Amino acid sequence: MSAATADPRVAAGGRVDSGEEMGALETIRLGLRHSPELREGLGVTLLLAVLASAGQVVVPITVQQTLDRGLGAPGGPDLRFTVLLGLAALVAVLVTGLASYGMTSRLFRTAESGLATLRTKAFRHVHDLPVLTQNTERRGALVARVTSDVDQVSQFLVFGGLLFVVSVGQVLVATIVMAVYSWQLTLVVWLCFAPLFASLRYFQRKLSDAYGTVRRQVGALLSAVSEPVVGAGVVRAYAVQDRTQQRIDEAVERFQAASTRAQGFTAFSFSLGGVSGGLANAGVIVVGVLLGFGGDISAGEVLAFAFLVSLFVGPVQMGTQILTDAQNAIAGWRRVLGILETPADLVDPGEAGVELPRGPIAVRFEDVGFAYPGGPPVLRGIDLELAPGSRIAVVGETGSGKSTIAKLLTRLMDPTTGRVLLDGLDVREIRQASLRRSVVLVPQEGFLFDDTIAANLAYGRLDATEAELRAAADELGLGDWLAGLPHGLATRVGQRGEALSAGERQLVALWRAQLADPDLLVLDEATSAVDPALEMRIGRALDSLMRGRTSVTIAHRLSTAEQADEVVVVDRGEVVQRGPHAELARQAGTAYARLHASWVAQQSGRGADRAVASAGTLDA
Amino acid sequence: MTQVVDRSTDAQEEPRDAVVAPGVPPSALDPATRTATTRDGFAVLLVAIRREPWVFAVSTIGSVLFGALTVADAWVLGWSTDHVLLPAYRDGEIGAGMLAAVVALFVGVALLRAVGIVARRLGAGIMQYRMQAHTRRAVTRQYLRLPMAWHQQHPTGELLSNANSDVEAAWGPIAPLPMAVGTVAMMVIAVVQMLATDLVLAFVGLLVFPAVIAANLAFQRRSSPLMTRAQELRAELSEVAHESFDGAMVVKTLGRESEETRRFAEIAQRLREVNVRAGRLRAAFDPALAALPSLGVLVVLATGVHRVGTGATAAGDVVTIAYLLTVVAFPIRSLGWLLGEFPRSVVGYRRVTAVLEADGEMPHGESRLPADARGGARLELRDVAYAYDPDQPLLHGVTLDVAPGRTVALVGATASGKSTLTSLVTRLVDPDAGRLTLDGVDLRDLAPGELARAVAVVPQTAFLFDDTVRGNVTLGADLPDDAVWAALRAAQADEFVAALPHGLDTRLGERGTSLSGGQRQRLSLARALVRRPRLLVLDDATSAVDPEVEGRILAALRRPDPLARAADASVDDPAIDPDVPPPSLLVVAYRKATIGLADEVVHLDGGRIAARGTHAELLATSPAYAALVNAYETADETPVPPTAEETR
Ligand SMILES: Nc1ncnc2c1ncn2[C@@H]1O[C@H](COP(=O)(O)OP(=O)(O)OP(=O)(O)O)[C@@H](O)[C@H]1O
Ligand SMILES: Nc1ncnc2c1ncn2[C@@H]1O[C@H](COP(=O)(O)OP(=O)(O)OP(=O)(O)O)[C@@H](O)[C@H]1O
Ligand SMILES: [Mg+2]
Ligand SMILES: [Mg+2]
Repeated sequence: MSAATADPRVAAGGRVDSGEEMGALETIRLGLRHSPELREGLGVTLLLAVLASAGQVVVPITVQQTLDRGLGAPGGPDLRFTVLLGLAALVAVLVTGLASYGMTSRLFRTAESGLATLRTKAFRHVHDLPVLTQNTERRGALVARVTSDVDQVSQFLVFGGLLFVVSVGQVLVATIVMAVYSWQLTLVVWLCFAPLFASLRYFQRKLSDAYGTVRRQVGALLSAVSEPVVGAGVVRAYAVQDRTQQRIDEAVERFQAASTRAQGFTAFSFSLGGVSGGLANAGVIVVGVLLGFGGDISAGEVLAFAFLVSLFVGPVQMGTQILTDAQNAIAGWRRVLGILETPADLVDPGEAGVELPRGPIAVRFEDVGFAYPGGPPVLRGIDLELAPGSRIAVVGETGSGKSTIAKLLTRLMDPTTGRVLLDGLDVREIRQASLRRSVVLVPQEGFLFDDTIAANLAYGRLDATEAELRAAADELGLGDWLAGLPHGLATRVGQRGEALSAGERQLVALWRAQLADPDLLVLDEATSAVDPALEMRIGRALDSLMRGRTSVTIAHRLSTAEQADEVVVVDRGEVVQRGPHAELARQAGTAYARLHASWVAQQSGRGADRAVASAGTLDA
Repeated sequence: MTQVVDRSTDAQEEPRDAVVAPGVPPSALDPATRTATTRDGFAVLLVAIRREPWVFAVSTIGSVLFGALTVADAWVLGWSTDHVLLPAYRDGEIGAGMLAAVVALFVGVALLRAVGIVARRLGAGIMQYRMQAHTRRAVTRQYLRLPMAWHQQHPTGELLSNANSDVEAAWGPIAPLPMAVGTVAMMVIAVVQMLATDLVLAFVGLLVFPAVIAANLAFQRRSSPLMTRAQELRAELSEVAHESFDGAMVVKTLGRESEETRRFAEIAQRLREVNVRAGRLRAAFDPALAALPSLGVLVVLATGVHRVGTGATAAGDVVTIAYLLTVVAFPIRSLGWLLGEFPRSVVGYRRVTAVLEADGEMPHGESRLPADARGGARLELRDVAYAYDPDQPLLHGVTLDVAPGRTVALVGATASGKSTLTSLVTRLVDPDAGRLTLDGVDLRDLAPGELARAVAVVPQTAFLFDDTVRGNVTLGADLPDDAVWAALRAAQADEFVAALPHGLDTRLGERGTSLSGGQRQRLSLARALVRRPRLLVLDDATSAVDPEVEGRILAALRRPDPLARAADASVDDPAIDPDVPPPSLLVVAYRKATIGLADEVVHLDGGRIAARGTHAELLATSPAYAALVNAYETADETPVPPTAEETR
């Protein structure tokens, strides 16, 4: 994160970390750090785990004991002894079951708690990422990271992590017990398993790779599905269902192929354990027989040893299986952690930052330059001073950099060079909370949440009462419109606000911003889809509402510029003119004069003819 | 903030209440829902087996091989004990041949078993992933087929969850399936062996099975409502995440990160609780299944000791049966893994099926428009009525003509229904009453794809795909670059596209984030123009471009062929066909320049056509119209200063 402070440009353009270069152990270490719950009560859980797995030794021991000392007792079977032993075993079985229950339910609790924390943290972090970084990853893929990628980890944490430790423990215990019976046979068993252990590393690498691809493909799949769902209208209007389906099918197939490949490695690595087991069994009998000739071991002991081998093989196979599944989980874990490892915003100075005083804000751009990551400079040498309490209109050709200025002004991005100052304070030094309270942007692409109008307005001010909401609507001149809605404030706006008309969406966005009661309001074509009569009405309402505040309005309809205290004209990333409308419009041959001429021509309805003429000259 | 947090779409409430109400203890549930699960679980599996019988067969054979060889392992051990180990100890010698046989047997069995494992696991994997792929294709096909109205009720996040988590859940039991089937064989062999060894002891041992069934029933009953809830919460989580990331900019600009996080955290916590409760059940179920065979072994030993004492059974038989019971322990556990997956599987399958069975697909006819039709199409609306909400009619009695090659401007206040009218024309929705025809053919009678061939719409909000510029313009149609450039030129987008780092091959990012608003809108326009539609519908399609560029776009649209470079330049441009007659044009507009292009202006007010005529006529006759379109001028108290040209 310190990197972000050092070079804001890197932070601003960083991609969302894929987490893929993180090693398995590092992933687990980091994962434990981000979800401290995972460590809670680990001691007790481990104890239970040991108890549970120790219990699994009970049955074979009982078999052996009963064979040797119950059934095979000198002078006929010893019934009493067998019953006693059986009762002891019964207790052991029950304790084992309870311990196992205790362990698993505890693991579920810690794992699910840890993961809920993890996904919530990751979700929050996505929102803390700079806008540009957010845009480097598709929504579908981001959704996959905080949903299904996290789900993968759960299985491993419950049925894997600890059981792996226990399996290793079991292998060791089995080894010790075997060694007590016969160190020679133990050696034989270990020799038979040596090749398996040696090959594990190789398979782990392969698996890690394979499952990394699988998780990536899930993200790609969700992105491929979400895009045409969001753009359902375009897909239908242009009848491109086939092509869209084809793309989804490709994503589906890629996921399938990746999963199948990973499964192949899994199956193969798992089968090796069985082969080693067979070898070990043979080795034990053969060597056991040979040792028997020397009188080192009894037949019963060899038989018991054969049982013990299965106690050894079991956990080894379990261990390999866990390691395999772990790669899937770790691949998912990495991707979630990757989000958290991506440098957060345009660092919030937090407590160290300054509060922006309330009241109209003075804005200053000092030699501001900006380039989108990997792109050419979009803004160059912008020096600008906006008086507190003034109404500023920003105009310019499309693509000239107006929205970019708005985003710098509201610190959605930091400039590549130069500084943006609000009330003389560098925006980078202002606390985010304070900045967001005082400065509000209504972005060009309006967005509403799938809820009621009232709930959407709450995003502007949480505690507003219904009366306040209505009062704000009246002030903005939206009272009539609101009264005309059958469900009023309870009208549901649909996904992204699509159950409202485009103009209505903008009205709600504007209303929401107005409720936030900002000292600096930045409107990026906030009324572009509203009809002229309503737009003029809103414009006049804003006029009085903005008294005592600073407002920056970007608009293509120059009616806004005509009303503003000052007009700033942006052309190809530079501020080329500024001043009151009347003055600028008189400066012949300038960018503003040209824009204004087109506007006036349009208004007089002579637009097309005039435009044809001008188009001709520009093409030439 | 509560109203924001506690949102839940109506569409979702219903199934949730139908299956399990949150917070209601599972025991309070309808018994029919409870008992259905095990059978339903097998029914879901049967679907998979029918669909992929061969893969299933291979993996099952692999598994049977594995199972049989595991039993063979016990047999080899027994054989080695009887024929090698014990004689060797008794006699103090053994032939090398016998030892070699032991090794050969064990290793041979192990190798075959490895083959079995690979076949089983890989087979199960292939089967599972194939089924997932089938279902995902079917579900997404359905997404593309279902009408807009359906989509408006199903949040994107939920659909993502259906296609991902629910599909995964549905086919979850395939992974342990072959193992369970294979171990059934293992179980049968072991049981037969037990019976052959000693009937009485075998029966004692087999008491394990009814106990297993009882444990499973108890588990299924408690688990399935939890699983239902968990899948619902997964969908909700996905919904909130998708929406929140979609609106990340608004969240940021209003500083609402904490509230959004709370909204997400609340669902994450609920999911956690449900998962923990389900986990506890699992935690009880698994050890119970594991303990049952152990208990069986103890009972067998107890009985066995007694019977050995009475001479009814040989000691070796007791050992065999005890061992066989430990062999059976494994199949029982694997059956448990299978059954443990059932509740989640059935829930996932049901959720997916709900999508697959959703109806409301737009019916299409067979009619085709003449393949060689050229020039503007004729659009007619007759008494068209439409309402989103039956109580709130939006459009009624709308009658409208766009004659071939003519331009009609649709003017109306915000929310008057203009965009709705354009979606009727492009048949995103069908009218409640009345009809729309293109060249005399009712839109509903047209074959799929026909309408899109003739009509292109530029929607009010540009939607770009995460694709290249070319891909966004052609949408996969096989069009030469010349045509793409011509369309870009007409949409005034050629200049900025040429300046992009890779020109036509520049990728634009999701929804075209790397472009400015006006640039996106112009690409969307080029997308429509490049198809040379016979009817072009523009829904306020130049709202985000400056007046100057807008003027040039409008000029291009007025030319007979909009794709012509300029009236005079068309000759040397291969993409241009000077003989193409101009398309018909339906434009939604507020600006007089656009309106000025129109042959006829239609004023939409109060859900019906309030006035029609030329711009001048309407200005003169309709005060409402005049108030709407003249708003900018009347508001302008200051006299219009002289324009650049006038000062010149
Ligand atoms: N996220 C981005 N990544 C790369 N380039 C971008 C990005 N956003 C904008 N640009 C480029 O920066 C330039 C300025 O864009 P900006 O959005 O500021 O223009 P604008 O003046 O607001 O235009 P409009 O009037 O069309 O909204 C454009 O050329 C655009 O392509
Ligand atoms: N999917 C929908 N569900 C319910 N109501 C809708 C839906 N889409 C639009 N409406 C409602 O229908 C009315 C007309 O909307 P429409 O988008 O057609 O208006 P419009 O004339 O295009 O307005 P604008 O000029 O703002 O684009 C509005 O009141 C809107 O709230
Ligand atoms: Mg912009
Ligand atoms: Mg509209």
